[in-house]
Parts: sequence; C-alpha cells; structure tokens
Amino acid sequence: MRTLSGTTDLPVLLPRRMPSATEWGAADGARFFGSRTWLFLLLAMSALSVAAQASDAPARAGIVETVWKWMPLISSGFLFNLLVSAASMVLGTALGVLLGLGQISLHPSVRKASWTLTQFFRNAPWLVLLFFAMFLLPFELRIGGLVIPLPAWLKAIIGLSLPVMGNVAEIVRGGIRSIPTGQWESAESLAFSRMQILWQIIIPQAVKRMIPPWMNLYAILTMATTLISVVGIQDAMTLTRGALVAEARTDLYLPLYFMLLLMFFAYCYPIARLTLMLERRFAVNA
Amino acid sequence: MQPVAEFFRWLADAHGINLTIFYDSVDRSRFLTGLFTTIWLSIVCIFLSILIGLTGALIQGAHSPIPRAAVRSFVQFFRNTPPLVQLAFFYFAVSALLPMVTDRHGVKVPLIDNVGWAIISFSLFAGAFNVEIFRSGIEAVPKSTIEAAEALGYTRVKAYLYIIMPLAFRVCLPALGNNLVNLVKTTTLAYAIGVPELLYAAAQIWSEVLNVREMMWVLLFTYIIIVAVLVFVMHRWERALRIPGYSA
Repeated sequence: MRTLSGTTDLPVLLPRRMPSATEWGAADGARFFGSRTWLFLLLAMSALSVAAQASDAPARAGIVETVWKWMPLISSGFLFNLLVSAASMVLGTALGVLLGLGQISLHPSVRKASWTLTQFFRNAPWLVLLFFAMFLLPFELRIGGLVIPLPAWLKAIIGLSLPVMGNVAEIVRGGIRSIPTGQWESAESLAFSRMQILWQIIIPQAVKRMIPPWMNLYAILTMATTLISVVGIQDAMTLTRGALVAEARTDLYLPLYFMLLLMFFAYCYPIARLTLMLERRFAVNA
Repeated sequence: MQPVAEFFRWLADAHGINLTIFYDSVDRSRFLTGLFTTIWLSIVCIFLSILIGLTGALIQGAHSPIPRAAVRSFVQFFRNTPPLVQLAFFYFAVSALLPMVTDRHGVKVPLIDNVGWAIISFSLFAGAFNVEIFRSGIEAVPKSTIEAAEALGYTRVKAYLYIIMPLAFRVCLPALGNNLVNLVKTTTLAYAIGVPELLYAAAQIWSEVLNVREMMWVLLFTYIIIVAVLVFVMHRWERALRIPGYSA
C-alpha cells in the first residue's frame, strides 16, 4: 500500500502558473472579464457622482456638462503623458538592452558593473530618480562648442527612463537566461562565434519571451508619467488640478479625478489584456 | 557622536560635501522623523495590503458571481490606474465628501488626514496586486487537497484559513516580496500630499541648505538600504516557511 509506506504520487503543490514579471505585473493573472466589470465601474461612478451632487445643493451648470467642457484640455495633457511615456520607453529600452547585455558579458568587471547599476536603478523609487534627474542634470550641455539645451520636459523623460533602463536590463537578462544552455552548446558545436550565437540564435528566441514583461513595464511607465506633475511639468494631472481651481466647485473634484483615472484605465487595461494574450500564446507547456 | 559631527563639519568646509544631517541637530531630527514616517507608513501599508489581498482572494473563491466580479473590478481598476491619481482622488475628492470633525482644540479638521489617506490609498493599491498574487498561489493547491478538506468537514472559510492559505502563501512569497518592495517605493508618492516622509524631509533640507546633490545621494542610498532590509527579511521568511522536499 502506497499510503502506508509513506509515499504518494499526489503532489503537495502544483507548479505555480504565474509569469515572473519583473515589476508588478499589470497582467500576471489578469483574467478575461466580461461586461460585468464595466457595469460595476459605471455603477460605482454614478453612485459617486450622485453623492457629489447631493453635497452641493444649489443648481449650477450640470456636472456632466462641466466635465465635458474640460475634457479637451485634460485630454491634451493626457496626450502629453503618452508622448513622454513613449519617449522614455524608447530611451530606457535602448539603454536597458545595453545594460542587460552587459550583465551576460564575458568580462567580470563589465558584468559586475552592469549588475550593480541595474540593481541600483531597479530598487530606487521612481519619484526619487525623477527628482534626481530634474535637479542634478544641468540646464544645458556643452560638448565642445555645441550647446544642447536641456528643458525640463527632456530632463523628465531622462528621469523616467532611468528606472525603465534598470527594469529592461533585468527583462533582457532574464529572457536570455531562459533559453536553454543546449542552444548555446549546439550553436557552439556548429562553429558559431559568440556574437553570432547571441544575435542569430539566442536573441531571436528570447525576444518573444521579453515582449510581455516589456509591455507590462510600458503600462507601469505610462502610469508613472503622472509623477512629472510633482516636479512641476504640465501634464494631465496638473491640468485637472488647474480646471478644479478655475471652477472652484467641490462637487467637481470627484468626477474630474475619476475621469482622469478612467483615461488611464482605458489606455492601460487593453495593454494588460494584450500582454496576457501574448503571454498565453508564447507560453511553453512544460 | 561628537567626532562624527566634527568629521562631517570638516568635510563640508574642506571639500564642500555638505551633509548637514550629520552635524546639524535640526536637520538630523527632520531626516530621522522622515525616515521613521517612511518606515512606519511602509509597515502599516504592508500589513493592511496583505489583509486586503487575503480577503480579496477569499472572496474570489466564493460561489456567488457578484462578489467575485466586484473583487475583480477592484483589482483591475486599481492596478491599471496611476497610484498618484488614486492618491489625489482619495485625498482631494473623496475627502471632500466626508464630514469635518472638531479636534480637541476646537478646530474643524477633515475626518481623515493626509497620512490616513496615504495609508488607505497605498494599501488598496498594493492590496489589489496582492489579491492576484494570492489567487495565483491558491491555483497551485491541488484540487485533491481541497476535496480532502471538504471530506473532513471543513467549511469553505475554515479550509481557506487552515488548508489552502498555509500552502498557497508559501508559493506566492517571492511574488509578494516583489510587490511589497514596490509598495515601499510607492510611499514616496505621499510627498505629493505633504506627508512628512523621507522624500519630503529631504526636499525640505535641500531647499534650505542648498545641498541637493548630497541629499539626493543620501536619499537614494537610504531607500536602497530600506529595500535591501525588506528583501533580506522576505528571504528569511521564505526560508523559514519552506516546505521540506518541495522547491518551486
């Protein structure tokens, strides 16, 4: 008897099916959900706006009209957020790929330095890194006779790309590490050079695995772009606050901030869904 | 303490590296208060977010679809919107709906102050992630184990508390650790609503003493040390809770 002899073929725990996203996964485990979620959100919103209206009795311009009036301005701010997120992502990815490849370098010193940099930028808070870039970068760069001005928005893009760099480096390293060593060995036996193995065999396979966490990171970055309002750059958040100051009505606080939340949700949630879909498609059944 | 203060005073005079927090008692106490606030805020939020995660994961296992959908909406909404906007939403918008109370000096103050809203906002934000993390851990518990618990007469909540969660919790500790590290980093956002945490204290110091460069490095290293301590604790915890013979 199996059970009497103290062994069993029943598993203690099943393998965990959670993708190992580097930061909090906007998608890990995010499931398909139907119209019910939207219904809940709508219900919550209407309940909140009713509560807001009740707190302010005198009849003034309706909340919906007022929110609608400010919509174009706040949308333009939101567009700026998206631009900043795209620029930071491009810059951060370019730097991060270099740093990630540095981590698998054959030179121990390069490897160590890349690892340290990655850990540093991955573990520092985004807002502190943003402050870091805003305050410590000069307002213009002089390279020889060339003067490159660094306006605040450019510094903000650089500041946001620093944590992106650290996270991308980790994604690249993880992706390359996830390719079985047999691939390296068989390529070596076919007389590929290290560069050839990396670019023609390993990276094409690894990119597929890097894309979902990379998109995940992009969603996180998009949400983090609101931080630039803290360091005084005009974005959707600043404009929302400006609209509230201009209206000077407390009953508008809830709907306007909620609209801003919904804008980000409408942008980031599809990304999370797409990430999940890609993750499922690229998943290798072990 | 005196030689240390002397050394940093000399460093400021001779090399221009002005670390006032080591020799100026006002700045030092400001910095330490900020550090303490950050640590306190982190610990409270970690505790509450784990509680939210556990409750959410329990509700997600319910039979009725309505509470399940409610939890799922909560999770999706909070993880796909910016934490800073969430914080502003709570602090400016929701706070305006709550009644004012009179404190012991007879001054009207909001029911929940900025520290309170920071705690609520960050706990909900990290809690939403924790729900997903715990749910993924619960999925790793074999159905046969749950059925065995049912056969022994456990109710759903009892089985969750005594059978499922002790197993699931161990599986999702690494992911939980990641999320808690992020939670600690998110506490810097409280700066935006004037909670005197570490970043706020540092900003106060550098705007007075004009030692932005030095304070910035101090700030970065302090956060990295806090994160390192948390990672160390989580690893120890992971090792202490390890299931013998099972490796994830």
